[in-house]
Parts: sequence; structure tokens; C-alpha cells
Amino acid sequence: MIAGLIFVLSVTALLQFFVSYCRSILSASRHVDLSQQTRDLTGITTPFVRGDEFGRLIQLVRLCPESGHDGHAMAAVRTYYSFLGLARTVCGWVSSRLSNWLESERGNCAYFAAVALDRRIAFSRDLLAQQMASHS
Amino acid sequence: MLGSADYAIWLLAASCEACVVVCVFSTRSARRYLPIVFHMLGEFLATIGRFVIFRRYGYTSHEYFYFYYYSDALVVICLYFVLIGLFAQVFEEMKVSQYLRVAALLLLCGTAWITYSIVADSRGRLLTHFVVELSQNLYFVGVVLTYLLWGAVVKLQETRTRLVQLVLSLGVYFSAFAVTYALRNLYPGFSLWQYTPPLLGIALPAAWAYTFLKVPEGARLATAQVAAPGR
Repeated sequence: MIAGLIFVLSVTALLQFFVSYCRSILSASRHVDLSQQTRDLTGITTPFVRGDEFGRLIQLVRLCPESGHDGHAMAAVRTYYSFLGLARTVCGWVSSRLSNWLESERGNCAYFAAVALDRRIAFSRDLLAQQMASHS
Repeated sequence: MLGSADYAIWLLAASCEACVVVCVFSTRSARRYLPIVFHMLGEFLATIGRFVIFRRYGYTSHEYFYFYYYSDALVVICLYFVLIGLFAQVFEEMKVSQYLRVAALLLLCGTAWITYSIVADSRGRLLTHFVVELSQNLYFVGVVLTYLLWGAVVKLQETRTRLVQLVLSLGVYFSAFAVTYALRNLYPGFSLWQYTPPLLGIALPAAWAYTFLKVPEGARLATAQVAAPGR
């Protein structure tokens, strides 16, 4: 009985902390503008990205060399995105407001992936420039 | 017998713990986050100690069992003081850190007393039962305290991104541990629960290392947007 109660309370707290933590990671990328090169590459023209774009953007991110510091954030956001997908399937039909919120969060995840891609492209370009400079 | 995945988790945990200490010093935050440094050093030493004892005596030995639970209890007490340190930072401007320390010590003593009253009837190995039960109870107390702290962060409109992320990652860690312990009590025969604590042992230092590396001390965020979905 007590273990069951602790389980319910802890799961509720875990969900709340996890969602807030992921939103705190996403909030940093929300105010970052994408470079023209990344916009051309991804086809993103507006500041709002559709949630369904996340998978495609993550595939592009994986093609770029890792800059070494965003692995943890990327893993957290991927987990959050999967959680949002699950929540949309299970309880997205409850209200249109909830469904819209889930979709906007998925869009934020996709925008985070686009910002990560932008950073990795810039990192790759720096790396290439350094190699060119060391060879010349 | 442990597999290569277990060794990898062990190595990763020790690396992440050492990484947090290095990150705290490299960002010149050691004075402000001293309890985190002590906790991570304690975790690192416990991880190394567990590995040495495992190599010498084996995974199923009494030595490993005792060392695991006793070191875990000490590490959770350290984590409890990390939480109190974060409380002190959130209530910094109110100058109530002395009251917080006294309240924290009273709560710790209260938890220990309740734990003792739970295990007092057990025959033999009273201290071991006490230590195992105490760390479980402290995880749940940690969830409740972190929840209160998060409430205070939102209410006081605390905007320091680094502090917010440290509190939230600690909340995830404590509540995930409490979920694991609750599930272990509900379904004791299920072996999946044994993998959760080591994985969580990597997640917390990884989250803290990320926070110290990527979030500058001066970074700010609107806490209300983070806390209240859909607003």
C-alpha cells in the first residue's frame, strides 16, 4: 500500500521534473536564429518548425561531427520527444488545447535539433578551416 | 558475473563524476557549489571502492554488499547537503541560511529516528537494515524537498538557468530513485531494477557536467515558461 503510494507520488514528481528540465534545455535554443546555410539545407523558412521534422533533423545532426558538449542535451530532448509522441497517441484526443500544446512542444524539439545542426555545421567549418591552415 | 556493459557503465559513471569536479573548478564555481564538489568526490571514491571490492571479493560477496549500502547511505547524506546548499542559494536574499541548516539537521535526525523505529524490531544486523532503510527514506525525503524547492524557485521567479537546471536534474534523480525503490518493493523478483541505479548514477553527473559546461553563471531564463506547460 505504502510502496504503491510512494510509486504514484514519485512518478508524478518524475514526470513534472523531467518535463520542466527538458523545457529548460529547449528554452535556450528558442531565441537562437538559424544561419542561412542551415535554412537552405533543412528547408526551414519560418521560426516555427513542425514536430514531424524532428526525425529528419536528427538524421542530419548525426551526419555532422559532434562538437563534444551537446550529447547529454540531445539525449534528453530525444527522450522528451518520444515521451511527447507517446502522450499525443495516448491522450492527445482528450482536448484540442492539450493536443496543440503537445504539437508545439514537438516543434520546439525540432527547432532545438535545427539549432544543434547549425552549431555542428559551424563547428565542422571551423575544423576544416583549421586543417586547411595547418596544411598551408 | 558482470558483462562488458556493466564495466562500461562503471567506467562511464566514474568519468562523469570526475568530469563534474573538473567542470566546477574550471568554471571557477567551486566556492558557490562546494557541496556538489564534495558529493561528486564522494561518489567517485565510492565508485572506485566498489570496483576494487568487486574485483577482490566478487559481486555476490558480503563485503561488496556491505560496502555498497554503507557507501550509498553516506553518498545520499552528501546529496542531502547538496540540496540544502541549493535551498540556501534560492533563499540567499532572505538571509535565512542558518535556519535552513538547523531545519535540515532536524529533518535528517527525524528521518533517522523514523528509520530506526521501523527497523528496531528486526533480528540481527540491525545496523545494516538501518543503513539500507535510511538511504531509501532519504531518497523519498529528497523528492519531497526538491519538490518544495522547485515550488520556491517558481514562486520567487528565480531566473538563474544554472540553478534551475541543477534543481530540476536533482529532482529527476531523486524521483527516479524513489520510483525504482517503490517498484523493487512492489515486484521484488524482477531483475530489471538492478540496472536502474547505475544508469541514474551516470545521468545525474552527466546533467551537472552539461550544466556547468554549457550554461554560464550569468544565463537567465523565464522560469514560469519552463514550469507551466501551455501558458
